[in-house]
Amino acid sequence: MNTFFYIAAAVALISTGLAISGRNAIHALLFLIVSLLAISVIFYILGAPFIAAMEIIIYAGAVMVLFIFVIMMLNVGMESEKESRWLKPGMWILPSLLALILLVNFVFMLNKMSHQNIPGRIIEPKEVGISLFSTYVLGVEIAGMLLLAGIVGAYHLGKQKKKVLHRFLKQEEIEQPGNTEG
Amino acid sequence: MVTIPVEIQLLFAGLLFLMGLVGLLVRRNIIFMLMAIEVMFNSAGLVFVIAGAHWAQVDGQVMFIFILAVTSAEVSVGLALILQMYHHFKSLDVDGLNKLKEIN
Repeated sequence: MNTFFYIAAAVALISTGLAISGRNAIHALLFLIVSLLAISVIFYILGAPFIAAMEIIIYAGAVMVLFIFVIMMLNVGMESEKESRWLKPGMWILPSLLALILLVNFVFMLNKMSHQNIPGRIIEPKEVGISLFSTYVLGVEIAGMLLLAGIVGAYHLGKQKKKVLHRFLKQEEIEQPGNTEG
Repeated sequence: MVTIPVEIQLLFAGLLFLMGLVGLLVRRNIIFMLMAIEVMFNSAGLVFVIAGAHWAQVDGQVMFIFILAVTSAEVSVGLALILQMYHHFKSLDVDGLNKLKEIN
């Protein structure tokens, strides 16, 4: 079991390093996704299968898609030759190689786990849910309010604002050329 | 299930946090800075789960779920701010943001 942990940890560290030091945002995001998958495998090894699933669904699924949308929106005027350079197959070989190492690691681990009795304790999703909605129910409500604030804030900031001047300023600005002429 | 010493696991989480911190300090592109913040959040959550697994308690995983909620709120607002920043300054370099007055 230890080897699986070390392999996943090595993949996570390598891909995080490449993500942080990358030059291209999309390639860095690919490495970051591999890093999140590796950390998810580590969660699974640590006996937290629910958290492993949440990590993939929310981080690698939702948050990374948000990042990709924003990067795509910022490159509206992307030239076609640049795009063809980005889509070169060499760019995704290293991330997919790391992900393949992780997949082989995970499959071997599942194989081994089904043949042996696992000592130690796996924390089931049921226990997490019971604790979340009994002991920490106040925290859940606060988190809900935080997410609401996040939605409202993102909507407010994401609106394309028209340039609105105060009406006196606008009058001044309109009158200014007239004054200089006269 | 796991016989890895908890110090090694915490060292791994610490290395991950350090990578995020170095990325935040070194990079000047704001998208990379946000990604580095994500890495740091993630490693903090990893420490919670490691501690929860070490003492066989659920609280670590509950805390990770709260961190997940905080992260998603932070990312949505942060990306909206990045879009506004690009809209105003036509650049993603944070070193260009040294003026308080709005550029006309």
